[in-house]
Amino acid sequence: MATTLTSDKDLEDLIACPSCDALYHAAAPGHGERAVCARCHHVLIAPIEGAVLRIVALALTILILLGTAVFVPFLKIEAQGLSHSTSIVDAALSFSQAHMIGLSIVVLALIVFIPLARAMLLIYVLAPLMFHRLPLTGARMAFRWSEELRPWSMAEIFVLGVGVALVKVADLARVELGAAFWMFAALVIVTVLQDGFLCRWSVWKALDARTGKATSE
Amino acid sequence: MPVDAPVLTARKAGLVACTQCAGVWNVGQAKCPRCGAALESRDIHSLSRVWAWWFVGLLCYIPANLFPMLNTTFMMKTSGDTIVGGAVTLISHGAIPVALVILIASVAIPASKFVAVAYLALSVQFRWKTDHLKRMQLYEFVEFIGRWSMIDVFVVAVLSALVQLSVVVSIAPGPAAVTFAMSVVFTMLSARSFDSRLIWDSLDPQPDEDSLT
Ligand SMILES: [Zn+2]
Ligand SMILES: [Zn+2]
Repeated sequence: MATTLTSDKDLEDLIACPSCDALYHAAAPGHGERAVCARCHHVLIAPIEGAVLRIVALALTILILLGTAVFVPFLKIEAQGLSHSTSIVDAALSFSQAHMIGLSIVVLALIVFIPLARAMLLIYVLAPLMFHRLPLTGARMAFRWSEELRPWSMAEIFVLGVGVALVKVADLARVELGAAFWMFAALVIVTVLQDGFLCRWSVWKALDARTGKATSE
Repeated sequence: MPVDAPVLTARKAGLVACTQCAGVWNVGQAKCPRCGAALESRDIHSLSRVWAWWFVGLLCYIPANLFPMLNTTFMMKTSGDTIVGGAVTLISHGAIPVALVILIASVAIPASKFVAVAYLALSVQFRWKTDHLKRMQLYEFVEFIGRWSMIDVFVVAVLSALVQLSVVVSIAPGPAAVTFAMSVVFTMLSARSFDSRLIWDSLDPQPDEDSLT
């Protein structure tokens, strides 16, 4: 097949399914509706009314929750007159006491640093759009990174892990839940909401509209 | 529209699509002008990366099941618990739902993930024509569920930080915690290396042989 060079103007209205490569003319559906790939059912576009504002608000909530949870009591155990309390950081660092410092760093990253980084990147990308300003330098790279990091942000899995751990110690000792535990539980809900509001395609369109078109040279 | 009817793909239109931002560009463009991601019509190294991560993941998964995940010291006596051993202890204490969570997250999900990723890679390598939509859904499920295997690592982290009651009882992580975490990370990387567009290529009437390694 002869490769015809298509002008950038034509390419702009096209969207290719990232999962199966099917080509479509991008037509943004109404708020709350979804454009789905006809053959692989991948959700292509799912814009939500006021999504930018909501995502920034939720990202700020994540920053505050995580930033505080690290410093307040997490869990306290009591048995036979002995007691011991632990913080979120202690939980991650427990591996380094057993000479597994690498795993400590990985766990800290998965439950604290990566969720923090994602929230900060999203604020950096979306806050200027919220105020109808030009995106900050590197906003495009920041958004790509925030999406790359998404599967590695594991706060919600950590919360389920805490639940399992609590059942395991239930008949061994009494456990007191600290503020950090509830903050992490809230974090799960906030993260799920945020990911529901985030439509990748809409963010890219908004970035394009504010910085002029991306052109292929 | 029948699912198996050939549709116009970006590749057939002489274009290259960005898997990050769904933008479409002329062939020859190396980087996506919109988001900066590397552009490739089909990632030809995809399958070798899938298999490489798959093998190291499997290699780490074997010791993860043989060695203890955590060591419990109770009244000066230390005993180790493997993943399955820990679940059996939970069942003997009557905590069957929690034991099921552990067995599903640490045994069923990783094991079926190895099978599923291998099946997907082989199906693409040998151009099997099995139901494309089913394979696509299998892939999306594998990507979605894989990260939940990390739960046992977090359980060990919380237990060994929390249960520190001097001489009475203390819990420390065992060597399997490291190999298990590595196995989860490597299988996640294996699944993410897979270019799902390859699944749909066998629908195209003229197979493009050099799109495969
Ligand atoms: Zn598709
Ligand atoms: Zn792109």
